[in-house]
Amino acid sequence: MQSIRTDQGDQTSRVMPDATHKQLRIATRNCGFIDPESIDDYIGVRGYQALATALQAPPAETVAIVKESGLRGRGGGGFPTGLKWEIASKNKADQKYMVCNADEGDPGAFMDRAVLEGDPHSIVEAMAIGGYAIGASKGAVYIRAEYPLAIKRLKKAMDDAKAYGLLGENILGSGFDFDIEIKYGAGAFVCGEETALIRSMEGQRGEPKTKPPFPAQSGYWAKPTIVNNVETYANIPAIILNGADWFSSIGTEKSKGTKVFALAGKIRNTGLIEVPMGITLGEVINEIGAGCPGDKKFKAVQTGGPSGGALTSKDLDVAIDYDNLIAKGSMMGSGGMVVMDEDDCMVSIAKFFLDFTMDETCGKCTPCRIGSKRLYEILAKITSGDGSMEDIDKLKGLASVIKDTALCGLGQTMPNPILSTLENYWDEYVAHVQDKKCPAGVCSALLTYSIDPKKCTGCGLCAIVCPVSCIAGAKKEAHSIDASRCIKCGSCYEKCKFDAVLKS
Amino acid sequence: MTKITSYDELRQRCADVKAQKASLAKDKIIINVSLATCSIAAGGKKALQAIEEEVAAAGLQDAVMIMKSGCMTYCYAEPTVEIAKPGAAPVVFGDVDEAKARALVTDYIVRNEPVEGVIPVNYVRVAF
Ligand SMILES: Cc1cc2nc3c(=O)[nH]c(=O)nc-3n(C[C@H](O)[C@H](O)[C@H](O)COP(=O)(O)O)c2cc1C
Ligand code: SF4
Ligand code: SF4
Ligand code: SF4
Repeated sequence: MQSIRTDQGDQTSRVMPDATHKQLRIATRNCGFIDPESIDDYIGVRGYQALATALQAPPAETVAIVKESGLRGRGGGGFPTGLKWEIASKNKADQKYMVCNADEGDPGAFMDRAVLEGDPHSIVEAMAIGGYAIGASKGAVYIRAEYPLAIKRLKKAMDDAKAYGLLGENILGSGFDFDIEIKYGAGAFVCGEETALIRSMEGQRGEPKTKPPFPAQSGYWAKPTIVNNVETYANIPAIILNGADWFSSIGTEKSKGTKVFALAGKIRNTGLIEVPMGITLGEVINEIGAGCPGDKKFKAVQTGGPSGGALTSKDLDVAIDYDNLIAKGSMMGSGGMVVMDEDDCMVSIAKFFLDFTMDETCGKCTPCRIGSKRLYEILAKITSGDGSMEDIDKLKGLASVIKDTALCGLGQTMPNPILSTLENYWDEYVAHVQDKKCPAGVCSALLTYSIDPKKCTGCGLCAIVCPVSCIAGAKKEAHSIDASRCIKCGSCYEKCKFDAVLKS
Repeated sequence: MTKITSYDELRQRCADVKAQKASLAKDKIIINVSLATCSIAAGGKKALQAIEEEVAAAGLQDAVMIMKSGCMTYCYAEPTVEIAKPGAAPVVFGDVDEAKARALVTDYIVRNEPVEGVIPVNYVRVAF
């Protein structure tokens, strides 16, 4: 294996992952390795040299490199970045804007925060490169106010870059001016959607609007505007320094480079991972993630957060890229990966995500505002044991109507967790409505607790903890539960040292 | 801060930093503490303080350089601390609570004894 830390000289070794090193770090290349508050540290890893390189050639060359690299947007949609820059570069305007989307609203995702906290200069540099490429002298970072440390480090990076003349007027004597301002978001998921984000930056309500026109045509203050995700930007300096060919040699045919994921949930090695596109789900779960804790069986992983779907234990050999995930009824999303094991109920998981989107809908259009509520209600009905087969049909029908009629991506993708669990875990839905059982033992309304008289030692602990005193029995004799009064709190099940309490 | 006005100056500054880092790495033990939001929440600042105290107690101020960086990506093992001894490959330690932070100085650095919780490197990195 090549040396991992080749911090010397101008030459970068073209490192590739191998059997023991499954990850490839491009976007997170400096995170944890440099002092994010020291501009000199960044300059020491060839910081701002990509900008300097870009400034030596006409802007169209930068656009061409990004285009040839095959880089696609890491914020979720996967739109080709170079193409977007080209559109904005060709639109004539007296002012254009370069915006960085650091809203990161997907629950469980924190890739962008890690990059901003660990390597803020790479974003500043990349935004300036983009500004030069499209002809923008102004940039803005839209970041949620809940990220105070990221904001502090980003601000310091911007101040230091200005003091060094790497941001501001006449950068590196090239005549190119570029400045960045920070705009704060209040932490609404919908404000991550680019048109809502732009409105929010303009001081209006964060509501999406119809596209076209796309921001690259008419965005911030109706000027051509590029909105790119933090991770998208983080790749740019590496692409400029190492070349488009290098980047496009990594990944699959239509998805180049790497993707950063936040691996969370029922997985041993939770954390940030950056893997080449095309890695299999099995490698991520079993090798990098080291499987589910407690040797539980892996059940599914939700990618794409509330907009995505589940990949299941049958999909372990699926190569992760934009197109394969969509073919599986999920999506890349911004990089949340929530792992579930055999103890997770997929109907409850769908309900969890619907609860989130129901809260986060902006309310502008009916299918999303009212539809999310109705979907949630049906799921709540099913998980509390009052559902019928008819409800499952309703879920399906309503989900596809919302998908077709909602205005923005939030509403259009909101039914995905339902559709994907219906597709992959149909039996679990049926078990909830027909047998009134939750196979994973999660939905409390569908559980019954009982005591196995053969195992019970009559210690009485369960009777002490039962909040409604519905457990009775003589000392040292088998106890029993009065099911009619049991509120299914699970305390007895947790407390019994002899595994005598049964959950079914 | 003096402004950098050309690519050549920028290259020169880069070479200077690299040279400075290389000589630091040759002479000093570099202790790199991860201080991202999540590392701090897990106790990264406590680990940092404990390390600083032990370094002072052992009179190692001149032999050690303490550095603060961002996310090292191992959420499951926060707080994380990386130690690079001169001439040796850097080693990342996970779950560095206060006691382990002290042990890293007293045992790993001073007495050259192993300390548990080493996180194996499982990535390759594009380093410039
Ligand atoms: C509901 C919703 C939320 C979104 N949230 C984010 C976000 O938090 N961060 C982000 O970069 N993109 C988000 N997007 C995608 C943006 O609209 C946009 O496509 C993206 O910022 C473009 O950058 P990219 O091409 O670099 O990915 C969201 C989209 C939708 C529909
Ligand atoms: S789909 Fe939902 S979030 Fe999007 S505009 Fe309509 S109501 Fe708002
Ligand atoms: S705690 Fe377990 S063993 Fe003790 S009385 Fe209750 S069921 Fe029986
Ligand atoms: S589940 Fe709760 S309410 Fe029911 S018997 Fe056990 S402790 Fe009592």
